[in-house]
Amino acid sequence: MDRMPTMSLRRSEPGAPPAALIELDNLQKHYRTRSGDRVQALGPIDLTIGTGEFITVVGPSGCGKSTLLKMLAGLIPRTSGTIRVNGQAIDGPQRDIGVVFQSPVLLPWKTTFENVMLPATVLKLDRTQTSARAMQLLQMVGLGDFAHRYPNELSGGMQQRVAIARALVHDPAVLLMDEPFGALDAMTRETMNVEIRRIWRESGKTVLFVTHSIPEAVFLGSRVLVLSSRPGCIADVVDVDLGAERDLDVMTSDRFGIYTRRIRQHFQAKGFIE
Amino acid sequence: MSAEIAMSRPETVPRRHVLTPLKEHPEWVCVPALFVLVVAVWEIGFSLASVPLYIAPAPSDIYHALVNGLGSGLFISNGLATLTEALLGFLLATVLGVALGAVIAQSRFVEKTLYPYLIAIQTTPKVAIAPLFIIWFGFGMTSKVIMAAVVAFFPILVNVIVGLRSTDASRIELMRSLQASRWQIFTMVRLPSAAPMIFAGLHIAVIFSVLGAIVGEFVGSRKGLGNLIMQLNNNLDTAGVFAALVVLSAMGIVLHLLMHALQKKLLFWSEQHQVAQV
Repeated sequence: MDRMPTMSLRRSEPGAPPAALIELDNLQKHYRTRSGDRVQALGPIDLTIGTGEFITVVGPSGCGKSTLLKMLAGLIPRTSGTIRVNGQAIDGPQRDIGVVFQSPVLLPWKTTFENVMLPATVLKLDRTQTSARAMQLLQMVGLGDFAHRYPNELSGGMQQRVAIARALVHDPAVLLMDEPFGALDAMTRETMNVEIRRIWRESGKTVLFVTHSIPEAVFLGSRVLVLSSRPGCIADVVDVDLGAERDLDVMTSDRFGIYTRRIRQHFQAKGFIE
Repeated sequence: MSAEIAMSRPETVPRRHVLTPLKEHPEWVCVPALFVLVVAVWEIGFSLASVPLYIAPAPSDIYHALVNGLGSGLFISNGLATLTEALLGFLLATVLGVALGAVIAQSRFVEKTLYPYLIAIQTTPKVAIAPLFIIWFGFGMTSKVIMAAVVAFFPILVNVIVGLRSTDASRIELMRSLQASRWQIFTMVRLPSAAPMIFAGLHIAVIFSVLGAIVGEFVGSRKGLGNLIMQLNNNLDTAGVFAALVVLSAMGIVLHLLMHALQKKLLFWSEQHQVAQV
């Protein structure tokens, strides 16, 4: 667990069969309403995620996809079931997980660079080693020249890229992303989608990405997890075979259309889409 | 020839009119103009009505009293005494206010237990307690410092509590996802997030501390501007009283500007540069 961050961004060997990194077993979440009724919000969910996979989770609003992500991040308690990362059952936030939230959540009194260094400060990592890595990550997200600017000088897309660099600085094995591009305009969002694919390929991280956009889920994911609503259960798992190198043109291909139609049908059947 | 002249002319750069800065900042004219107007009406009105000096002074009388007071060092020494009391009280209030506010903001239990008492103390007029401080801490500086601290304490305390409570939940969630300790969350996120709010409290408190020092001096003292005003008042030296008030308000303005400059420097990142004025 107490692994120092390595300088290399790549962890998994290309071509190697993905080993199980995250295992969800009978994971459930109940809420208690004010009148005392138990409401099943999520699950039961059984899922195995391999090292280096890019999993996207798509579902209608309120299906519990953010709940799933926050349980994985250890931010909210689960009602039952187990979560194992690297074979170890977890309970609470993990050193080996980086989280990107819906909003960038940058600290406005710190520079871009200092914001990226936040996990290093909290986790008391070696500063010289981590600052080299922080600069490397800022360059990877295309913000090398903005290291000493303050967040309010950056655009929304740039701020979210800083948040991605921050989530990677302590070299976690897993990157959890909770609708990170939801607040961005359509064009910035497409650019960010291409970027995050590239970052994933360069870093070799295992990514779990939550979204309510079907095209985004298909474009990004190597596997798409389709969640049904109330309670959020796995309605379908779609293996996306669009190649490793994807540009935006992929979105106009026939195959892309087949995937999105298949996913959309799940929601149409439930009446979420007219 | 005429073509040459045309050529040598500078391009038609829209020249700033001499009066442009005044159009942008009408207050540069209006504020002094109002001052001149009020002083003129006051001066002329008083001389026409021949108001006796022991009732109220004309502006020229105040000016002379001010020059005399400053020249003799009377205003300076007493002003410094009051300033010292106010600043020490302000510092004491800041330390106690931030510390107690931080403790209260940590736990609802502590807040619920202490809050009724704090409200009870806060709603008691501080002037009414001042005589007790003279009994407890004497005629010297200590009783004034305590008085200034008591008056300045509450605006700080309330702002610290509200500021620490209103930390953006997503910032705390971020810190929790990094396994940050309670102390790390407090020092790295809660306190800086609350800083603009705390500063708003400090802004009010620094002015209040001068008020506290003066009230303390009124009740019983050997020096200070409050003491001086009481003496001048007993001698029916109204011009002197007004001159002392001018010194006092100058002190307040300087303190206000200092706080403003400090805030601009420390909280450059905050959108909340403007502080609610009291």
